[in-house]
Amino acid sequence: MTANDVAYNGKVEGDVIVTRADAVINWIRQHSVWPMPMGLACCAIELMASAASRYDISRFGMEVMRFSPRQSDCMIVAGTVTYKMAEVVRRIYDQMGDPKWVVAMGACASTGGMYRSYAVMQGVDNIVPVDVYVSGCPPRPEALLDAMMKLQDKIGNESSVRNLRKKKSVASG
Amino acid sequence: MSTTTKEISVGDIGARGAEANTKLDGDKMALNVGPSHPTTHGVLRLIMELNGDLIEKCEPVLGYLHRGDEKIAENMTYNQFVPYTDRLDYLAPLSNNVAYALTVEKLANLEVPPRCQAIRVLVCEMARISSHLLGMGVFGMDAGAWTPFMYTFTEREKLYTLFEELTGARFTTSYTRIGGVARDIPEGWLGRVEKFVDQLPKAIAEVEKLLTRNRIFLDRTEGIGEISKEDALAYGLTGPNLRATGIDLDLRKDKPYSGYEQYDFDVPIGTKGDCYDRYLVRIEEVLQSIRIIKQVIKDFPTGAWYAEDAKKIFAPPKEKILSSMEELIQNFMIVTEGPQIPAGEVYFEAENPKGALGFYVVSKGGGVPYRMKIRAPSFCNLSILEKLAPGHFLSDITVILGSLDFVMGECDR
Amino acid sequence: MIDEDFTKSLLDKHSYLTQRESIDWFTVECPGSELVSFVKAMRDDEGFELLIDLTAIDHGEGAECRFSTVIHLYSLVHRGYVRIHSLCLDNDKPSMPSVSDVYPAANWHERETFDMFGIHFSDHPNLKRILMWDEYPHFPLRKEFPLAGIDTPLPAADVVEVTKASVEPAPMMGGPFVSSNSGPISDSEPRAKDESWTERKEKPL
Repeated sequence: MTANDVAYNGKVEGDVIVTRADAVINWIRQHSVWPMPMGLACCAIELMASAASRYDISRFGMEVMRFSPRQSDCMIVAGTVTYKMAEVVRRIYDQMGDPKWVVAMGACASTGGMYRSYAVMQGVDNIVPVDVYVSGCPPRPEALLDAMMKLQDKIGNESSVRNLRKKKSVASG
Repeated sequence: MSTTTKEISVGDIGARGAEANTKLDGDKMALNVGPSHPTTHGVLRLIMELNGDLIEKCEPVLGYLHRGDEKIAENMTYNQFVPYTDRLDYLAPLSNNVAYALTVEKLANLEVPPRCQAIRVLVCEMARISSHLLGMGVFGMDAGAWTPFMYTFTEREKLYTLFEELTGARFTTSYTRIGGVARDIPEGWLGRVEKFVDQLPKAIAEVEKLLTRNRIFLDRTEGIGEISKEDALAYGLTGPNLRATGIDLDLRKDKPYSGYEQYDFDVPIGTKGDCYDRYLVRIEEVLQSIRIIKQVIKDFPTGAWYAEDAKKIFAPPKEKILSSMEELIQNFMIVTEGPQIPAGEVYFEAENPKGALGFYVVSKGGGVPYRMKIRAPSFCNLSILEKLAPGHFLSDITVILGSLDFVMGECDR
Repeated sequence: MIDEDFTKSLLDKHSYLTQRESIDWFTVECPGSELVSFVKAMRDDEGFELLIDLTAIDHGEGAECRFSTVIHLYSLVHRGYVRIHSLCLDNDKPSMPSVSDVYPAANWHERETFDMFGIHFSDHPNLKRILMWDEYPHFPLRKEFPLAGIDTPLPAADVVEVTKASVEPAPMMGGPFVSSNSGPISDSEPRAKDESWTERKEKPL
């Protein structure tokens, strides 16, 4: 049985569902990703477009854009990260509660893109761990939606319970 | 890169900034807004000193999106820089492209044929519509109305489709070249543009129905953020923000470029210069842009769409490069050495949706500019904030920022 | 319109001005010592109400006079521009009087020019960096400064401690390809212009 299977026992049908904790936890996390729109530059407009009428990100349960890091699980870094901004991005990342994920949207956030200059950090992965990179300058809303679905798959395959225990032992030890 | 569970203390930049900038006594409070905050439309940061709810001092901090565009420009050929102009005012990339191309053409003393001029006017006005649509929608959102944003974005998506057909990209268009445009307009495209502008007034009317006479919207915008004529001039405001104060300055009328003198349109101006006037001016400008677009389409010139005599500046179309030796060499020279621009200095401004976007180019000859300064309208429009914000309530700052309609991409460059 | 009568009377009124050749707008050169009084006269007497732009040019390390500032004024009366060049006399500690008292718009432009070129504007109310962070040690638009940047610590020590990040020269491999326009073909073929860090040259330590 893989982590994704939700099985049930016919004898107690309707009352009890037996499954793995991971499957339930991941299922919940997967379908209520609350993004933190770290809108920095041009990509932020495409991020808005994917939230607006034609592309409608709420079809995937992600329309709850929260500008407060405390309320969000997934930071979408949309735009060029400059050295001056890097500090802020990292602080906001640290303020997000676990579990948290990061999507680097667009060429600038992924690698610095076309801005190879003295002021631009060459990829946001220098300061925060990135889960999904999206190519494009800027990526189309479809590409962002695809990335978010990839992120959902990734969340679905995580060993959430083990991660929880691991973190606890680090904290106590 | 490994994850860490250590949290960096949140005695953060806000507190640090306030500590550095204000000595607080009594009831005053320092408040840091941004650089990541929904009202700041990007990465603007404000350090404010509050007395209760009243703003006493407001200091904008810029530079969180400073990408070094001017230094980059010094290091590449004129055509290579076109994509970077897209990302200045990324709500209206096409008009940035046009302004940049016109500047360099002016330095090269190059006149483009009428068809090219008409294409440029057309895309400029479409860009203006697209920028003002977003400006209106987001302004409504700042004042607490979410629905207009959805309506205006629907229209913007239609524009994106048209841009995509013309340039191949939704909004980072890179459409102009020095001496022309990247490609001619596709067949049937003009008809689709006309169809779009025909249905646009209805959509604008819907937005107006939601906002223009909405009591809440009026209360939040009327009389808020009033800018006097004198202040507007002293702080170098341009564009709708200046015209809302009642000053009639529109470079399309004053210093017509790219054939704007052929078209008949009005320049809307406001009376009080408050947030509401700025909103009204933008709405009227959209309607005027529709007028211009209709005139351009009605009388669309035929002929060449790039300057054919500019042998050392404009790379010829692909089919000619592949079939003729001379054109192949011409293309090779332009790609490797850049368009050959004579020495000299030039300053040119175009009336962009946000205001006057100026390029100051110093050339020492050859394919690479010696110095390029970008005069960004948002940068100048924002500088009035230090003067404008004090005396307003904290909740007004959202509306004031929304009504100034700035883009940090061109503000910080 | 800015016509010959206007320019002639302006040059007569202000004897310290010298006219410069220009392909677009009327251009004068004004010594820094007279700059403030000249722009004040331009605003009050000639109707140039808008300061459009203020910036600087670095003429290179070898130049006799390395830095100069450029001001563009616009007049709603004449509907035209005037460009004012002023040379900074000292190459090592360039300075220029601030015109932000006359035009508040100059405030931010001067801060930006200071940030990018290190030109000191005397009597400026708040002369500090505007685009780069306060502790940044270099002036990026000076000609000797490489596009890729120079190793510098990031502003926040606690973030640096966790992430080990710093300002690193950007890789220029495959960067903008520009040819030098002269010399033998092996030298003039297109190459990345800024070579502070390429596939052939190691990243400087």
